[in-house]
Amino acid sequence: MFEALGFSAPAFFGQLLLGIINGAFYALLSLGLSIIFGLLNIVNFTHGALYMIGAMVAWMLATYFGIGYWPALLIAPIFVCLFGIFLERVFIRHLYQLDHLYGLLLTFGLAMIIEGAFRNVYGVSGLSYSMPEMFQGSVNLGFMFLPLYRGWVVAVSIVVCLATWFVIERTSLGSNLRAATENPKLTEAFGINVPRLLTLTYGFGVGLAGFAGVLAAPIYSVSPTMGANLLIVVFAVVVIGGMGSILGSIVTGFALGIIEGLTKFFYPEAANIAVFLIMAIMLLIKPAGLFGRTS
Amino acid sequence: MRESSTELQVHDLQGWYGESHVLHGISLTLNQGEVVALLGRNGAGKTTTLKAIMGVLEKRSGSVLVEGRETIGLPTRQIARLGVAFCPEERGIYSSLNVAENLRLPPVIKPGALSEEAIFDLFPNLRTRLRSQGTKLSGGEQQMLAIARILRTGSRTLLLDEPTEGLAPIIIDQIAVTVRKLKQMQFNVVLVEQNLRFASEIADRHYVVEQGRVVDQISGSEFVSSRSKLNKYLGV
Repeated sequence: MFEALGFSAPAFFGQLLLGIINGAFYALLSLGLSIIFGLLNIVNFTHGALYMIGAMVAWMLATYFGIGYWPALLIAPIFVCLFGIFLERVFIRHLYQLDHLYGLLLTFGLAMIIEGAFRNVYGVSGLSYSMPEMFQGSVNLGFMFLPLYRGWVVAVSIVVCLATWFVIERTSLGSNLRAATENPKLTEAFGINVPRLLTLTYGFGVGLAGFAGVLAAPIYSVSPTMGANLLIVVFAVVVIGGMGSILGSIVTGFALGIIEGLTKFFYPEAANIAVFLIMAIMLLIKPAGLFGRTS
Repeated sequence: MRESSTELQVHDLQGWYGESHVLHGISLTLNQGEVVALLGRNGAGKTTTLKAIMGVLEKRSGSVLVEGRETIGLPTRQIARLGVAFCPEERGIYSSLNVAENLRLPPVIKPGALSEEAIFDLFPNLRTRLRSQGTKLSGGEQQMLAIARILRTGSRTLLLDEPTEGLAPIIIDQIAVTVRKLKQMQFNVVLVEQNLRFASEIADRHYVVEQGRVVDQISGSEFVSSRSKLNKYLGV
């Protein structure tokens, strides 16, 4: 059928897969951003830098300590989470009562410092991170070849996103989070430690970014600027999906990755701007975003 | 050394909303098993007093002793954990939580709290609405839920801010029955009320608040005889 329409199935599905993988990263990163914005009211510009730190930690563990992919998948997010907790306690928490602009500026500044520091040491060209052995190679699905690692990325991203959604929507910890988001003063009047909740939420949100960084290391170039390039698109995703919506971030992330992939296949010239075009249209029609609450 | 029956002792409580000085020295006492009402016009400072006791008001000074312990410098969550529970005027039911989650949100902070079964006995309506979104309940049901969830915590001192506001008379009667049961169960209640009839049926003592000060104290038995004085205070 595809041949009749004039293009090849493997090329189409290959591009679609790339789109889904990009979508997985968009989803993971916009999920963290959304959670942080929803509860802390901070537009976390540091998110890209923390994603980069996740990848960098994985690379450093391999290069300096010979520690491989699987331990890195656990160590790097935890490191990023702890670093995020430090940032929240020392810098970010002073801005909660202020206009969003201050949080944006502060986290933007922190991102510049972090990326600058890494650029100083490692330059701008990419560092290579070797593919874990069990994922080398592809499996033949008939209509296309699926690289094993890429299949793994999509699968684990979906699992992590759904697990996060479950914790937030179906557990008592999630209730505390949603309550603190809606009415922090009253929630505290019930005896719940809201400041601690904010700190842990920031840590978790950026931990997701760190996790995405490790996932990215074998397939994307590990460089100090890898986060900055991705973050712009992720912000567009969050705007389209709606800041603060958990489900919105996940669905929109994957959807936009797919749309971007398809655009690249049918009309490559527009691929880079597809997401931003959709964002512009969304801001005109429904500024709160697809899943956002108009309040 | 506190008297064993004094649950709440407020002395010269001052409060500010930003620069605005709103409480000018509130003093009151709440004994064990008592229901005490704060009466006064709109804007007199009744709700602000509750918020100051709870530590929700940002800037305050003076003395608030909870079971003999000074709480004026403590953050809200620690005051809550000492056994003081707040039921705000707007009820504060969360729209992002369902009824069950709203009910179970406040942590149990003291032993001897009401079990869920006991709570459903007091408020049978809630049992069938557990999966509904919190704010889909009627005003009366939301008020019941707001009271139910603080009963689940084990707190013995309850600050109720206008629990009958905006409710139909038949619902107000149900709330009166509930508060009477709470009194029988030896809860200590500070009640802010505009509804004089409700207050007179329930409270042991009444404090009249005017412009951020307590200007008079009326016992339950004197209520009827002091009615005209009260009407003057309230501008009725």
